[in-house]
Amino acid sequence: MEAIEIVLTVNGDERRLAVDTRASLLDVLRERLGLTGAKKGCDHGQCGACTVLLDGRRVNSCLALAVAHQGAEVITVEGLADGDDLHPVQRAFIEEDGFQCGYCTPGQLCSAVGMLDELKQGWPSAVTGDDDDLGDEPSDDEIRERMNGNLCRCGAYAGILAAIKEASR
Amino acid sequence: MRPFVYRRATDAQGAVATFEAAPHAMYLGGGTNLVDLMRLGVASPDLLVDVTGLPYDQVEETPGGGLRIGAAVRNSDLAADAAVRRSYPVLSQALLAGASGQLRNLATVGGNLLQRTRCPYFQDVSKPCNKRDPGSGCPAREGEHHNLAIFGHSASCVATHPSDMAVAMAALGAVVHVEGPGGPRRIGMPGLHRLPGDTPERDTVLEPGELIVAVELPALPYAARSRYRKVRERASFAFAVVAVAAALDVADGVVRDCRVALGGVAHVPWRAELLETTLRGAPATRESFVVAAEAEFAQARPLRDNAYKVPLARNVIVGVLEELL
Repeated sequence: MEAIEIVLTVNGDERRLAVDTRASLLDVLRERLGLTGAKKGCDHGQCGACTVLLDGRRVNSCLALAVAHQGAEVITVEGLADGDDLHPVQRAFIEEDGFQCGYCTPGQLCSAVGMLDELKQGWPSAVTGDDDDLGDEPSDDEIRERMNGNLCRCGAYAGILAAIKEASR
Repeated sequence: MRPFVYRRATDAQGAVATFEAAPHAMYLGGGTNLVDLMRLGVASPDLLVDVTGLPYDQVEETPGGGLRIGAAVRNSDLAADAAVRRSYPVLSQALLAGASGQLRNLATVGGNLLQRTRCPYFQDVSKPCNKRDPGSGCPAREGEHHNLAIFGHSASCVATHPSDMAVAMAALGAVVHVEGPGGPRRIGMPGLHRLPGDTPERDTVLEPGELIVAVELPALPYAARSRYRKVRERASFAFAVVAVAAALDVADGVVRDCRVALGGVAHVPWRAELLETTLRGAPATRESFVVAAEAEFAQARPLRDNAYKVPLARNVIVGVLEELL
């Protein structure tokens, strides 16, 4: 086994640790740093429960090898709120019943935050038409397509859609 | 996952030298396919050479009016690139038709080209598979193959190449720039990928240690009107059953030039050369599109459970070409 020392800035705190080359970013967050918000759902990049923000972008932390992200800045669901003030996306999920069991929710929240930022930057999606103005409130189809990497086995999609719509205003 | 050594390369020559020093090295891009395959036991390198830190993360215009795309450019950045969206919309659409936002943020251009098939037997180490374990057999030929190849397959392998991006690049005649132990070379697409023959373990013509550093898109003015359409078993986040990348150049009601490539039908992104030859010089009408598509599919060899792809792909091709009129 080879261990390599890495430094990560996680939710604003610098963390230095030696990690097995095989460790995913998800395993390091959960098992080494005690941040169990990001969930191990499928461990294959298909369910999105492990979604975190890596250098500002949403990614599947289960497929990111920790050693390959030396010096990265990571935001997990634990880092979305500002103290006791929930992130607007978190507030909207509560307001609109965007969850049932809650297992997929940390990934949904981080994915939604990253996705709204992608919209703000004008990134198109597969359903964006040539004449669509991404500065407008996103359509239901835009939100559904952009959230395709986050599954919810409870089927709370109606609430998730409403919450993201609310947060995008 | 089997233990491995990790090294981060800072330049191509260093990456190649590090690769060559280990018996079973692999290059690491975004990891979205490779890390999964390592976890499944399908891939077990003893050394990973991380090439995401190499200075190949830019999209630049070339003097000839094309684009040079660095191999480390992330799929999401390429899909959103203004020059790509303006001059090669088929490429942006193909990228956005694939995977999820999270995966596109990690995945690189080089890694996307070199991703492995999603044939269920390849990904399951408890099953035989000539691609994963040469000589062990191909259960897909008589088994679960409804989503596998209709063109160019062999007795030893009926897998399809899973990339959407590569289909658009094959249509555009992209040129892959490679560095390797034997020096640099260029490979024109669709020639990067190869048909399975009796060595399906080789997906591409790359030699061991060769590293993709860039993909160059030649100038193709009429590609400013181009389109990608993908049919899959659910509305989003699934691999193609059939996908079509097309560009069409019409003047005075006649097809001057065209490009059509298909995904989900072969071991390679399938450039429909017979279709293109038939269509060049023909009237730009639905009837011509049908005749040209049928010329292409005359060489299809569907398997027991995937003959449905022939009319499906033909209809999607005709529909896309009509949209481009």
